[in-house]
Amino acid sequence: MGSRSQACTAEWTSRSTFENSIEPLVTVSERIRFIAKPLAFLACLSPFLILGYNAYTDNLSANPIDDITDTTGIWTLRFLMITLAVTPVRKLSKWNWLIRFRRMFGLFAFFSGTLHFFTYLYLDQFFLWEEILADIPQRPFIAAGFAAFVLMIPLAVTSSDRIAKWMGGKRWRRLHRLVYFSALGGVIHYHWLVKADTRDPLIYGAILLALMGIRLWFFIRERIARAPALSHSAGVEKGLY
Amino acid sequence: MLIKKGEDIRSSEITPESVYRNRRKFLKTAAFAGAGAAAAWMIPDLTRSEPQNPAFKRPPAGPFNTDEDLTPYKDITTYNNFFEFGTAKEDPSENAGDFRTKPWSVVIEGEVGKPGTYHLEEFLKPYKLEDRVYRLRCVEGWSMVIPWLGFPIADVVKEVQPTSKAKYIEFTTLYDPKQMQGQKRPVLDWPYVEGLRLDEAMHPLAIFAVGLYGKELPNQNGAPFRIVVPWKYGFKSGKSIVKIRFTDKEPRITWHIAAPNEYGFYSNVNPDVDHPRWSQKFERRIGEFRKRRTLMFNGYGEQVASLYSGMDLQKYF
Repeated sequence: MGSRSQACTAEWTSRSTFENSIEPLVTVSERIRFIAKPLAFLACLSPFLILGYNAYTDNLSANPIDDITDTTGIWTLRFLMITLAVTPVRKLSKWNWLIRFRRMFGLFAFFSGTLHFFTYLYLDQFFLWEEILADIPQRPFIAAGFAAFVLMIPLAVTSSDRIAKWMGGKRWRRLHRLVYFSALGGVIHYHWLVKADTRDPLIYGAILLALMGIRLWFFIRERIARAPALSHSAGVEKGLY
Repeated sequence: MLIKKGEDIRSSEITPESVYRNRRKFLKTAAFAGAGAAAAWMIPDLTRSEPQNPAFKRPPAGPFNTDEDLTPYKDITTYNNFFEFGTAKEDPSENAGDFRTKPWSVVIEGEVGKPGTYHLEEFLKPYKLEDRVYRLRCVEGWSMVIPWLGFPIADVVKEVQPTSKAKYIEFTTLYDPKQMQGQKRPVLDWPYVEGLRLDEAMHPLAIFAVGLYGKELPNQNGAPFRIVVPWKYGFKSGKSIVKIRFTDKEPRITWHIAAPNEYGFYSNVNPDVDHPRWSQKFERRIGEFRKRRTLMFNGYGEQVASLYSGMDLQKYF
């Protein structure tokens, strides 16, 4: 994982922010970077390590390819939800350091989604393009899942600090709102593919709804907080004061 | 009913022998080629142990017995769709352990000469059990080869004497949410109901099964007795049957109620009728890596196609 942008890092590494002028051996930023992040990385990797280990030791079910498909699929959705939870949790708890894990979670969603996609292409369909192309329009759940995956590609590609800087914060953030649609596509994909028991997809739908609800709430609150200031400056411009 | 010679589909004709033999190894190598040799030491054993009844001898190949490789007992008994015990494949084997199948009674009712309620032992007495090695094709696109132990449904029909009005048979699964925890949630419209046209049920391939691998049926496979209709998708073969009703109307089967556009009354295995969720052209035989082509009527076409002559199978799917 690359480091955060200079501006951001500067703030986090600034001693005055955290350490109250005592010279520490290890800064908080360094602790996050060299201890917490590698641990989080291992934790994120563990579902795939466990899946690989079970596949090697023949501990999957009678239909191992389905198990691989299901595991990579569900973890894509989980990582998307975890990624989308970072900002609401950060704002509610004021744990601002959480933001430093968001990209990792997002990239794990993309990693899992890529595994899921290639499991389908290779292990499930054996690159029978005729079948795959027929699948997309014929089976709506495939179309929804495919759209959800494709929407993640530009986000993964533009995830590095250099590209974010080159794009500019505003454009970068606007592009990365695609993640909402990707998560929605993932939930729809899950809901459409289950045969009868829709409980689990509905749980993911509820989580997504809650996360978007908190966002909306913060959005409205910030709007209201900003509104008087805006009308004041507008008033000054118009010479009302 | 004529007993014609069945199609002999040798598995080796469909999958190259070398691939077929090394299937598990192939799966591992192919799926995890990228994972690197670092984890190679983790592979303890490439062959799956296949516990089964040592006394079981498979019957010679014939119209009622395919000679394809049997699916291991462990796979047949741990990979199940039996929503009464939960919707995940491993749920039935994990949740059905305490299911009580004794005593068990069966109700025969409707358009029938000898209606009544029977104790299962009493009900089963007149019938001679035989091994039947059948292909099972699930609507979800996987398949198995299972050695059932059972007897033709036709034997029962002759015994209980349906009236001239009887055109269909309806099979109802036990409804007992205390024992069947999956029934506590309205995942399906319980109890599970399946049905056949009377002439389908009379076909010698359609059986009541009470066992597999020569042993008593495990609970997760539909104990104490179930139907098996090998040319139809697996869900047509109702499990843990408590009621057999003869009727003049087409039974409203559970999956059709759940999703009428996905599951028809007939639900014959048919690679040309696409399911909105799964292509039915191919199937994965459990234990194999590559998919194989699905055969019309699950390979039982020579024996059963005449049941549907003149019918538009795209319409009556």
